[in-house]
Amino acid sequence: MRRTPQYWIGRLAFWLLLAVIAFYSVFPFYWAIVTSLKSGSALFSVDAWPQHPAWDNYRAVFREQPFGRNILNSIIVAVSTVVLSLALAVAAAYALGRVQFRGRRLLLFVVLGVSMFPQVAVLSGMFELIRSLGLYNHLPALTLSYLIFTLPFTVWVLTTFMRELPKELEEAAIVDGTGPLTIVTHIFLPLMGPALVTTGLLAFIAAWNEFLFALTFTLSGEQRTVPVAIALISGASSHELPWGNIMAASVIVTVPLIILVLVFQRRIVSGLTAGAVKG
Amino acid sequence: MPAPRSRLARQRIRAAWWMLAPMLIVLLGVAGWPLARTIWLGFTEAGLADVEAPRFIGLTNYVYLLQDPDWWRAVRNTAVFAGASVALETALGLIIALSLNAHFRGRGALRAAILVPWAIPTVVSAQMWRWMFNDVFGVINHVLLAVHAIDTPIAWTASPDTALLSIILVDVWKTTPFMALLLLAGLQMLPQECFESARVDGVHPLKVFFRITLPLLKPALTVAIIFRVLDALRVFDLVYVISGNNRDTMSMSVYARQQLVDFQDVGYGSAAATLVFAIIALFTVIYLSASRAGREL
Amino acid sequence: MRSPRAPRPHRPVRRRAARGAGAGWRAVPLALGLLLSFAGGAAQAADLSISCGALGQELRLCQDAVDAWSRKTGHRVQVVSTPNSATERLALYQQILAARSSDIDIMQIDVVWPGTLAPHLVDLSQYIGPGTTATHFKSLIDNDTVDGALVAMPWFTDAGVLFYRKDLLEKYNEPVPKTWTELTRIARRIQNAERAAGHARMQGFVFQAKGYEGLTCNALEWIDSFGGGTLVDDHGAITVDNPRAAAALDLAASWIGDIAPEGVLNYDEEQSRGVFQSSNAVFMRNWPYAWALANAEDSPIRGQVGVTALPAGGTDGHPSGVLGGWQLAVSKYSAHPALAADLVRHLTAASEQKRRAVIGAYNPTIPALYRDPEVLDAVPFFGQLYTSFEHAVARPSRITGSKYNRVSAAFYNTVHDILARRQPAEPQLRALAQRRLQRLSRDGQW
Repeated sequence: MRRTPQYWIGRLAFWLLLAVIAFYSVFPFYWAIVTSLKSGSALFSVDAWPQHPAWDNYRAVFREQPFGRNILNSIIVAVSTVVLSLALAVAAAYALGRVQFRGRRLLLFVVLGVSMFPQVAVLSGMFELIRSLGLYNHLPALTLSYLIFTLPFTVWVLTTFMRELPKELEEAAIVDGTGPLTIVTHIFLPLMGPALVTTGLLAFIAAWNEFLFALTFTLSGEQRTVPVAIALISGASSHELPWGNIMAASVIVTVPLIILVLVFQRRIVSGLTAGAVKG
Repeated sequence: MPAPRSRLARQRIRAAWWMLAPMLIVLLGVAGWPLARTIWLGFTEAGLADVEAPRFIGLTNYVYLLQDPDWWRAVRNTAVFAGASVALETALGLIIALSLNAHFRGRGALRAAILVPWAIPTVVSAQMWRWMFNDVFGVINHVLLAVHAIDTPIAWTASPDTALLSIILVDVWKTTPFMALLLLAGLQMLPQECFESARVDGVHPLKVFFRITLPLLKPALTVAIIFRVLDALRVFDLVYVISGNNRDTMSMSVYARQQLVDFQDVGYGSAAATLVFAIIALFTVIYLSASRAGREL
Repeated sequence: MRSPRAPRPHRPVRRRAARGAGAGWRAVPLALGLLLSFAGGAAQAADLSISCGALGQELRLCQDAVDAWSRKTGHRVQVVSTPNSATERLALYQQILAARSSDIDIMQIDVVWPGTLAPHLVDLSQYIGPGTTATHFKSLIDNDTVDGALVAMPWFTDAGVLFYRKDLLEKYNEPVPKTWTELTRIARRIQNAERAAGHARMQGFVFQAKGYEGLTCNALEWIDSFGGGTLVDDHGAITVDNPRAAAALDLAASWIGDIAPEGVLNYDEEQSRGVFQSSNAVFMRNWPYAWALANAEDSPIRGQVGVTALPAGGTDGHPSGVLGGWQLAVSKYSAHPALAADLVRHLTAASEQKRRAVIGAYNPTIPALYRDPEVLDAVPFFGQLYTSFEHAVARPSRITGSKYNRVSAAFYNTVHDILARRQPAEPQLRALAQRRLQRLSRDGQW
């Protein structure tokens, strides 16, 4: 087939469009990297690439605060949130997805409703809850409070997934009188690898990025998570805002996340599909 | 139904409740209780210093709230923000999804590129954009001035005309990937036969899009839009980081937080927070009762 | 109006309430013990915890002084860093205090917070005698005394000042402006001349006009310098609706888009410093902290910066600067109030304030230190600006008490509207005084 001029124009327009989209997506991050390599007054000048790129800001981020500890905290909180919400959600999803009982639909809607709570609406109540449990300024406070947004989501996705699995899977086991816990752990869990990875990853990202609860429920630098630590980076005096350090810290915490997303990008797509489109 | 079967079924239902219990208890604790408390405080005149035994004042807070022009301004800002950002995100997301659905070299790289904004914590990206939007040393004005698109620097986040627009632009940047992925997922589930036959018949691609793709994609599109609208209605950190408590951009959540925290008016702030929740809940209910999803479960 | 010597019968009641709440927490089901043990914390290890500064030099200075006290007394102290933004920090304190928590014993509080936080703070006069307080600026001690109780001790002070570019004023042969009108003229002339000479981004004057507390400071300085009062007077009467105040704000509104960039409407301290320090502005209103930074090693304007008092409004006006700065207060819920008060005494003493002035250019709250040769050697403009610090004008935070934040928000929102929409100030100020403030004040009772 001969290619007409229209074909090439269309082709060109297509590539141009993609280039613009890619630029719009990536440029701010690129700019953060550029800023992070500048220091002092150079920050306030506009260059496509710093004239004297320096790693000082990166060193300063770790020197001036327990940033390594903050990263570890974020990992601990995010991982424990993921594990806890997956454990609770798998059990709940089995009941909601495989057993017909009255009030099931209502329950699902209530769970969905929880995911619609504006954070400010529960902030003060949550603060009292955390304090009364003696968890204030301890990492479990964050794990517990993050369940408010990870649980509804994981329950919904996993319920949808469970429902799709064929009925025959557990029929024999039911007749044999096997307990539901055994059914879940021995029959369903091995099949749910992909769904668990996706939902787990999405919950991880949500927990890793959360700011308002983390700011409110932790106090000392050693207990803070990364977003709060970044927001609280400040300069030598009370009004100074060290953009270079902030951008360096942002780059440090974003890179692992980007790698994570890149590695799992296919799974993220399928996880979103299962959760939302079926919902 | 034979008797043993139903005994088995009853057993199963009992077991199901046991499996549900841990999740329900946790949700009741971390979500139900705080929310119930907020709703109750909304009917009192509690202050931050005396939340223990506040005086019940009925609907007074709500009466004041509905008379406050600042609240209505926040409602309008939030509505504009939600409407505009979701519309833009849908349009852009659809374009990206269609592009990614086509086969071309470098598709993986592009998909990776559009996921970058999503992976950056909101607080961080808001700071990044605030930096780029700066009217004097921000890169955006610098570039626009250099290409002579504008004559004088624009005060993006300061001028009442562009402040909300800047916030919408950042939100579009941040959440279009999510929208694109949802739509891409929807696209990939469409039956390929229709497109095959249309291609063989030589139907114009635009016609294919409006006659076949769009109608088939409608369910996925609706769900994606609803999810985003609900999210946009409670927007907080983006607005707060970029322009603080500025009334030109204040969203409902920012308003509630200002009353609750800055002004220590726990009763009034709780009423505002409750109203935000009620509006979102109303949206959800309307959606669920109107959509197929409600009946399918 | 509050009676200044009201007895304080509430304290025992509050203590009881605190105990009651404590018992409630212990009644939490045992099942949660698991979580508690898993949480086992580090915070309890110290005898005291203090929040002072966030990071960098400010935190280091505080840490050194606290360490010195620790060595002397043998008590361990944990320094917790709090949000840098004042609003966020206040929110954190309020949350902790409302929960009657002992998580922070000593708090670094802003000059406008004593009225708001007073019910939760220890009266320090039982630990720190009048002999000590008399050595501090009287205005600050007054500011920190609420209903007869000394709820905080001044630690360092601040006042709005005017920064200018010495080199540019010399180049155009202009004097340092004494009035706002003069500043407007000089700023416009230099800005336009520099722009014509190819420096397209040059601005005449930058300040803080984002809708936040900083705008309240800036606007009060304009109004006060015109003799227009300070929003609410000492007796609680609302005074903002007057022609002088309107004239001050009309002048300020005329700056936007003329000598000030429109972006100033979203500037805080750092954004203005960014513009000034990148050599893009002739004048800047800021706090003294900008001095050291503008003269830093790599600063493009190093050595070309002058500091002076803010201009006066008109011929019968006077220079004004809003009082800023920070105090140290002890939480009522602290387990060791006497110990905490001792640390406060140590940190606010003359020797420590001198050390902070010399190393970090923190303005002392003790007048005698402004004549100390070592201090003046380190920070020359302290002597020159002594009067600015001594006569700094206080925001109406003491009289409005816990309503101050709302008063301030109503004020900066109004000013922001006047500046952003170039509206005439007079009707706006009337609406502010008669509608919003009147409703908040309950007829001057506050």
